[in-house]
Amino acid sequence: MVQTMSYPSLPRWLAASTARTAGRASRRLGRGGGTTLPGLLLNRLRPQATAEMANAIPDGVILLSGTNGKTTTARLIRAALDGSGARVVANTAGSNLERGVATALLHAESPDIALFEVDEAALGALVEQTQPRVVVLMNLFRDQLDRYGELEHLAQRWRAMVAALGPDTTLVYNADDPAVADIGARHPNAVPYGIEDPSAGRGHRSHAADNTDCRRCDTPLEYQLVTIGHLGHWACPSCALARPKPQVSATNVELHGMDGQQMTISTAAQAAGSARVGPEGASFGVSLRLPGLPNTYNAVAAAAAALTVGVVPETIAGALGARGAAFGRAEHFFVGARRVTTLLAKNPAGANENINMLLNESGPLHLLVLLNDRTADGRDVSWIWDVDYELLLAGDRLGSLTLAGTRAHELALRFRYAGLDPARMSVVSETAAAFDAATTACGPSGRVYVLPTYTAMLDFRRVLASRALVPEFWEDQ
Amino acid sequence: MSRSRPRSRPGKPPTVRLGHLYPDHLNIYADRGNIAVLQRRLEWRGLALELVEAGLGDEIPDDCNLYYLGGGQDRDQLMVAQDLVSKADPLRRAVEGGAAVLAVCGGYQLMGHSYVAADGQEMAGTGLLDLETTAGSDRLIGDVVLSVDLDGETATVVGYENHAGRTRLGSQCSPLGRVTKGRGNNGEDGFEGAVSGRRVGTYLHGPLLPKNPWLADTLLRWALDHAGASPELEPLDDSLEQAAHTTAVSRAGLKR
Repeated sequence: MVQTMSYPSLPRWLAASTARTAGRASRRLGRGGGTTLPGLLLNRLRPQATAEMANAIPDGVILLSGTNGKTTTARLIRAALDGSGARVVANTAGSNLERGVATALLHAESPDIALFEVDEAALGALVEQTQPRVVVLMNLFRDQLDRYGELEHLAQRWRAMVAALGPDTTLVYNADDPAVADIGARHPNAVPYGIEDPSAGRGHRSHAADNTDCRRCDTPLEYQLVTIGHLGHWACPSCALARPKPQVSATNVELHGMDGQQMTISTAAQAAGSARVGPEGASFGVSLRLPGLPNTYNAVAAAAAALTVGVVPETIAGALGARGAAFGRAEHFFVGARRVTTLLAKNPAGANENINMLLNESGPLHLLVLLNDRTADGRDVSWIWDVDYELLLAGDRLGSLTLAGTRAHELALRFRYAGLDPARMSVVSETAAAFDAATTACGPSGRVYVLPTYTAMLDFRRVLASRALVPEFWEDQ
Repeated sequence: MSRSRPRSRPGKPPTVRLGHLYPDHLNIYADRGNIAVLQRRLEWRGLALELVEAGLGDEIPDDCNLYYLGGGQDRDQLMVAQDLVSKADPLRRAVEGGAAVLAVCGGYQLMGHSYVAADGQEMAGTGLLDLETTAGSDRLIGDVVLSVDLDGETATVVGYENHAGRTRLGSQCSPLGRVTKGRGNNGEDGFEGAVSGRRVGTYLHGPLLPKNPWLADTLLRWALDHAGASPELEPLDDSLEQAAHTTAVSRAGLKR
């Protein structure tokens, strides 16, 4: 690693204890920063510290990245590792940038294995530092363009990262995402995963589908099956590029609305040039408490990663079935007899999947949509115009629509130009008042669906906390 | 030059033919929002929009009253550029005959003479606007507020920019507006966008038209005039549009 600091790095023990002390001081002063400050400081005092700590972990490091599903997938893998009895260091409660990983490592007490979800743009640097045993590449969707520039640049960075991977690193990747598969298939030690169930998808791509031209020859790809956005069973009609055969796959997928789903996870025989994963020809049923096809992918990714590091199928099945929703992702709670469900989304692919789940619900849809434009949400709110809200207006399904957040009026325009009469929406700037409006509109035993962006969800959580309302499956985050 | 204009037939409302070019490849910044605004604002007034889409390999129609080009990723934009330049004659005929154009972001760059990438490679454009673009080392990203003089009126236009290209205008076009918040064409001269006759190019997305209904109506008036219909537009209740516009302007002023 190139040493760019103008001062010499501190000895390891001194850098580590200084960083820990600073973190404790910051928390004691009520400044927060417990999940980032120590790592930030440690990386300054001793830039090689992350590499040193990572290399000392006996069973290695797992890194996972992708636009959507990182947090949920990390939680599922964590459950499988915990179930296997391993001592795990993870950044599940903290930052997914370099400083968050360094902080987690700093506070770990002789872990067996490490598991880090990593921001898409930070993955290259962390691969270099941690020399991971497993890298999981999940998906690339149109996301916060104001932050990452363009999707294609991110794909190029991932390609360079994979080209530099050592042969000992196993690359677990989503075969159903053409952009990710093109990157993943270049690595000799790889485990492609995907959904094999032909009934799991739809026949058409949504408007916001990305990556739909062949990566090699620019011909539009043909799809036998579309699962989410541009994900599915794809092939180029012109050159030989096609979806790799998954080594770990989901079949018999049964979606049960907001309540969860069942699937069978199977491992294929080891293919030539790919990695060995788990027992060949294994097949096990999983009951997942998480809804929708995005979570089907999350579960298969988690199973593939866990199998790769040697967790047995029975442990994985048990662990996946026991996990509830992550922060804001399809959580339920009750206000009297009213059921309230939160569905976080911060990009078109996530929002469109939420809409698909809503359309499978019964009864009128009472919606509270919250749009903020802070940094963590994406300051560019144009993405809402790529969400297929029109689907919610068809078939008279909409019960009521309440809009709030820093850019509530932009949402109102989105629905107005989708064809909804402005008289049927209420724009309420303040979150608590908006929540009251939505729970009033749904009637005494109705259901309200809350669709927030990230910081809008934090605002919403503060309203819930102030009223002592707690989600049904509250778990340690 | 002869030009066939769709005439209003009895029983059919006055109709604007909108040519949406490369909708599958130039759509990265929610460009369909702009199309929806043009369509609805005609329909709400008892007028109609006829949408014609032309993508890679399709012929570009020469009989539209308004053309729209959106933004694309670099890879898509390069594919489009080669295709567009090879078959731009119908577009050029229409525009020289008074059809209007709105080109946003990547589409704006394609309206110029050329785009020079970071590696020095030059990509030719249509030259329908007298401007050139060169890739910069960083991207100009953020909220933008403009002061615009167009068609005899002065207005504020608000949107979001995200571009690496630095665009410089020649003498045959003028800027769309003066930048009061944000970076604009090149981050240096304080101007944004380009206008020549009824051709409008800009880096602003968001999308542009929903919260700038005045600009949408200006384009529609030009298109109706070109279609041989009355360019008078009934006023609409734009209170939501104005609220979104005002919010966007005030968010643009915040240090975040």
